[in-house]
Amino acid sequence: MNTDAPSNAGKKPILQIDNLCVEYRSRESKGGVKRAVNGLTLVVREGEVFGFLGPNGAGKTTTMNVLLGFTNASSGNAFLFGTNVREPIARQRIGYLPELTYYYKFLTAEELLRFYAKIFRIPKSETESRIDAVLKLVELDHARKRLIKTYSKGMQQRAGLAQALINNPDLLILDEPTSGLDPIGRMKVREIIQRLKNEGKTVFFSSHELGEVETICDRVAILNQGELKVEGRVTELVSQYQCNLEQLFLKVIGYQPAS
Amino acid sequence: MNNAIAIASVCIKELYRRKDFYVLFVLSALLTIMAGSGSFFNDVNASRYLKELCLLLIWISALVIAVTTAARQIPAEREQRTIFPLLAKPVSRWELIFGKFLGCWFATGIALVMFYALLALVSGLHEHSWPLLNYFQAMWMQWVMLAIVVAMTILGSIVFAAPSSNSTIILVVVLGILFLGAYLHQLAQGMPQPSQTIATVIYFIIPHLEHFDLRVYVVNDLGLVSWRFIGEEFLLALTYTLFFLYAAWALFRRKALNT
Repeated sequence: MNTDAPSNAGKKPILQIDNLCVEYRSRESKGGVKRAVNGLTLVVREGEVFGFLGPNGAGKTTTMNVLLGFTNASSGNAFLFGTNVREPIARQRIGYLPELTYYYKFLTAEELLRFYAKIFRIPKSETESRIDAVLKLVELDHARKRLIKTYSKGMQQRAGLAQALINNPDLLILDEPTSGLDPIGRMKVREIIQRLKNEGKTVFFSSHELGEVETICDRVAILNQGELKVEGRVTELVSQYQCNLEQLFLKVIGYQPAS
Repeated sequence: MNNAIAIASVCIKELYRRKDFYVLFVLSALLTIMAGSGSFFNDVNASRYLKELCLLLIWISALVIAVTTAARQIPAEREQRTIFPLLAKPVSRWELIFGKFLGCWFATGIALVMFYALLALVSGLHEHSWPLLNYFQAMWMQWVMLAIVVAMTILGSIVFAAPSSNSTIILVVVLGILFLGAYLHQLAQGMPQPSQTIATVIYFIIPHLEHFDLRVYVVNDLGLVSWRFIGEEFLLALTYTLFFLYAAWALFRRKALNT
């Protein structure tokens, strides 16, 4: 089902996935091949906050891995800003926050951001002001000269968000950005996403926090066993199915509660 | 090139913030000073012997630094998952490999400059002679040789995930070439077929690392080696280095990295 609203039609597609299939070898599957993603087609347009949902093993992370160039598609294509994701330049205008924090722990937050700024070829004259701005945004300004290994989990996640924002990206890809955070940490991340949304940024994120998704997202897609089951505007889906997002999610994945 | 240099600078930063690198470096430097400043009844042969010992120590230390640092670069990026936020930026896999190579090679270069400067200072104060060009040639050739070793180790790190097994294999191969490389052709003559052909082919294929060893010129004050020879060996080393880096990239470029 696709309920991509006609109001979106004029907006530029930022992220485009065409009939994407990802297969990998598996002894458990018939023919020794397992399809992690099966014929996924998706468009995310400029300025949207898009929730990418599904139970564990649905193919969300595999799809993100293809978008980020970590995994190759078996067939089909994916584009970021119209450029095939196989080209590193496709990632020039994106920011990525992985589910867990994986940063060089021997660097300080400031050094980490300076390194990534160099990768994005941000002019030296702008680098320091960008670092100041993102560290203030994620409230890590006070700890900028401390090694990342001394940070708490929440601080590391915010350092991750800072690195995802250093290039002032037009598209943010967030893989379960609030997982493992305490309620205050979650609230802060949510506020930052909301602020980015207000600035007109496009956000593509996966999450298991359906209440959070319902609040923040414009549109969602629900994947199950590698296939797209439902896609559309949150408000329309909720009114069409006469239930909240969580109930819809459970229905789509075929969850039967124990009687 | 910008990205490769940025990756190299982080690689060097990691090395100088690691304790094991310091311990090896300081230990080698101390031994060099102690051995180089020894005086045995003004016996010239004893003095030469000590210089030879110092140079051997420099060779072993530089080799260990080069192999152990290069062996862990890419496996550590994968294991600590820092590779994901890095490759999610406009960084190609070639730039990652080349950056890691540059970082390790420059780090060994810095260590070599320190070792040779110490040796030149200590033996200069002791012998009242300053054959700086001889030291420069010996150091340059050793550094050029280490480029091949570092590239070979990075290739090994794509094939063998465990840095310890990679380091062991590379050290065995390098020491094998250094000790037997020059005689392999002669050894082949006494072998039955097809071993003879195989040994001969290996002789012509392997990088002859022993050609880069100018210790004997420094120890015995044999004067300078022709600059033409140094230039030719540099070009040969460049060819081997590029070949190993290309092979590493060819293996790594389509490798799926799963988050």
